[in-house]
Amino acid sequence: MNFSLRFRAAVVSIVLFAAFLGIWHLATRGTGAVANMTPEYAKLMGLTATAGKSAMPGPLDVGAKLWEHLKQPFYDNGPNDKGLGIQLGYSIARVGLGYFLAVIVAIPLGFLIGMSPLISKALDPFIQVLKPISPLAWMPLALYTIKDSSISAIFVIFICSVWPMLLNTAFGVAAVRKEWINVARTLEVGTIRRAFTVILPAAAPTILTGMRISIGIAWLVIVAAEMLVGGTGIGYFVWNEWNNLSITNVIIAILMIGIVGMLLDQILARFTRMVTFPE
Amino acid sequence: MSTFDNPFDPNRRLHAGGCSCGQHVSEAEHDHAASALRCEPAPSEDKRYEGVVASAVMRAMFPRDAARRAFLKSVGASTALAAISQFFPLQTATEVFAQAGTPEKKDLKVGFIPITCATPIIMAAPLGFYSKHGLNVEVVKTAGWAVIRDKTINKEYDASHMLAPMPIAITLGLGANAIPFTVPAIENINGQGITLAMKHKDKRDPKDWKGMKFAIPFDYSMHNYLLRYYLAEHGLDPDTDVQLRSVPPPEMVANLRADNIDGFLAPDNICQRAIYDGVGFMHILSKEIWDGHPCCSFAASREFITNSPNSFAALTRAIVDATAYASKAENRKQIAEAIAPANYINAPVTVLEQVLTGTYADGLGGVKTDAKRVDFDPFPWQSFAVWMLTQMKRWGQIKGEVDYKAVAEQVYLATDTGKVMKEMGLTPPATSYKSFAVMGKTFDPAKPDDYLASFKIRKAS
Repeated sequence: MNFSLRFRAAVVSIVLFAAFLGIWHLATRGTGAVANMTPEYAKLMGLTATAGKSAMPGPLDVGAKLWEHLKQPFYDNGPNDKGLGIQLGYSIARVGLGYFLAVIVAIPLGFLIGMSPLISKALDPFIQVLKPISPLAWMPLALYTIKDSSISAIFVIFICSVWPMLLNTAFGVAAVRKEWINVARTLEVGTIRRAFTVILPAAAPTILTGMRISIGIAWLVIVAAEMLVGGTGIGYFVWNEWNNLSITNVIIAILMIGIVGMLLDQILARFTRMVTFPE
Repeated sequence: MSTFDNPFDPNRRLHAGGCSCGQHVSEAEHDHAASALRCEPAPSEDKRYEGVVASAVMRAMFPRDAARRAFLKSVGASTALAAISQFFPLQTATEVFAQAGTPEKKDLKVGFIPITCATPIIMAAPLGFYSKHGLNVEVVKTAGWAVIRDKTINKEYDASHMLAPMPIAITLGLGANAIPFTVPAIENINGQGITLAMKHKDKRDPKDWKGMKFAIPFDYSMHNYLLRYYLAEHGLDPDTDVQLRSVPPPEMVANLRADNIDGFLAPDNICQRAIYDGVGFMHILSKEIWDGHPCCSFAASREFITNSPNSFAALTRAIVDATAYASKAENRKQIAEAIAPANYINAPVTVLEQVLTGTYADGLGGVKTDAKRVDFDPFPWQSFAVWMLTQMKRWGQIKGEVDYKAVAEQVYLATDTGKVMKEMGLTPPATSYKSFAVMGKTFDPAKPDDYLASFKIRKAS
């Protein structure tokens, strides 16, 4: 019995998943007819009330619905009903834009803070106060001042993804080995050139780690933000289906959010590996 | 400078910065007007059209402001107007202007909350009432009342579905900045209900409800005022004897299932949905508290009316038209099917049909029929607004004196809507105040203060 570790891990994963589905299926079985009802009355009631169907959908319901969505990911039935693919697209676009803005602001600012102890000390109190604020707490303020809900959502993404990047960049820049900077100084390299050719490559892994944390947070927050402002996006989809009390669709949305979040994380993990260097 | 400021005023400052709303000479005057009434009530449609036409003619004759002022100073405004009308048929031009009425803005966005109260607003899209009146309207589903308020104030929506008291609250600056809002049409009357959790099926007397938790959709809602009224009439003080929570409608059913609340006074399809899912039963319909009470309204800011009067008029016509269609029992089944898909309300057709046709399961094993469970009547009675103001005062949402009539007339556009209805061949009521009874107690809109004083249970002010 000497299968590779990978193979054994996969087997365990599959067994766990099958067990999970089995328990789920058993837990959500109907209880059969619950009460005596006249046929006219029963016709007006939902399956939960008449057939004792569990309010929680089983794996088969979810699977069937998921197949329906996957067959037609890009349908568009008007402004309030679009396919899952389109909704995910909107969310990714919002996250991308807010995140991109955060990168533009956080990395140069982080460099500045990392390279200058004065700025670092001066900005520290502001960063410490602003960092722990829940991004959604900014929402009413953003809606009120920006007066546009989709820009507000992007602003919220921006504000939540800026901190991890800023702090990681500052930390990475400040932690560059003194020897390397001293060598650069001995060779009389200018500040700008030193920042790009010595500090940037040395701090890159830390910066990328900050970016990876940020994209995770941004993806967490977009769902909540879209549930608040509505309109489009996967968060809106969750809200709209919740409004219809369709737990099946909510579960599917949760699954999709998880998959997209994982993909985003994997992309940045790959970038991180690209800039990592052996010491 | 806008078409709506008065070019016949020789003392108007030529390059004045003006105020933020553009209707006043200075910010100070705007503030003064705002504190007095928030905004002047609109003059009648005719007068307004006449003013607009006369202004346009005057401007065309004297394009330079300084020259116009000199002319006005020397002859006086009324003489000038008389002189112009000698050789320019102002009257005819006004009529042409009022009738031609091509919408200034064709592509409009209207927000709605997915409940059956919004039926006329929603169904006007799939059933073609907006396009019939020359508009291309996108109806956008919105997550909650505060969001719909903010989006309408921010002009993301041109008009929207609001709870009937909300435009009054916005105009008065309660819970938001004071911005003049108007109600050209009421959406629905009746159509709400008190739903209780199944475990309370033997507690049908409200006197036994002490300590229970109830959900309402929003603070400025008829639901809030009706539930408080109902409880108070049964001797419970809604502020101390029970807990009232603002909960978005979709969360109500989930909360009822999770036993976080004991019941709710909610808009329909939510009540029926709780029954459909076997979570609750219908205690009473809101109609049993006040038959014919308004619930939701169609609201637009005064600014929208001023900037796009024709779009607004077309929109009002479309809504009045749709409401008239919805009020006919024979159309209700078709409407239920039209508004059920995910793009609109997103609810099972059976539930919507039960709400709209009035033949419904009560949650206790019986089938009840009440054709007037929900009904649709667009006329914005100003006495409705006065009643809401009395309740806002009663529960401490408004502190101090309030000019009931002025606010009601400014927000509820009974005159304008009456005119639209007449043009469409409908018969609007002759007055805009009517008396009605809430739980057997008559309300006289002429004496709001006496009415308010007659309640024993109220928030001490």
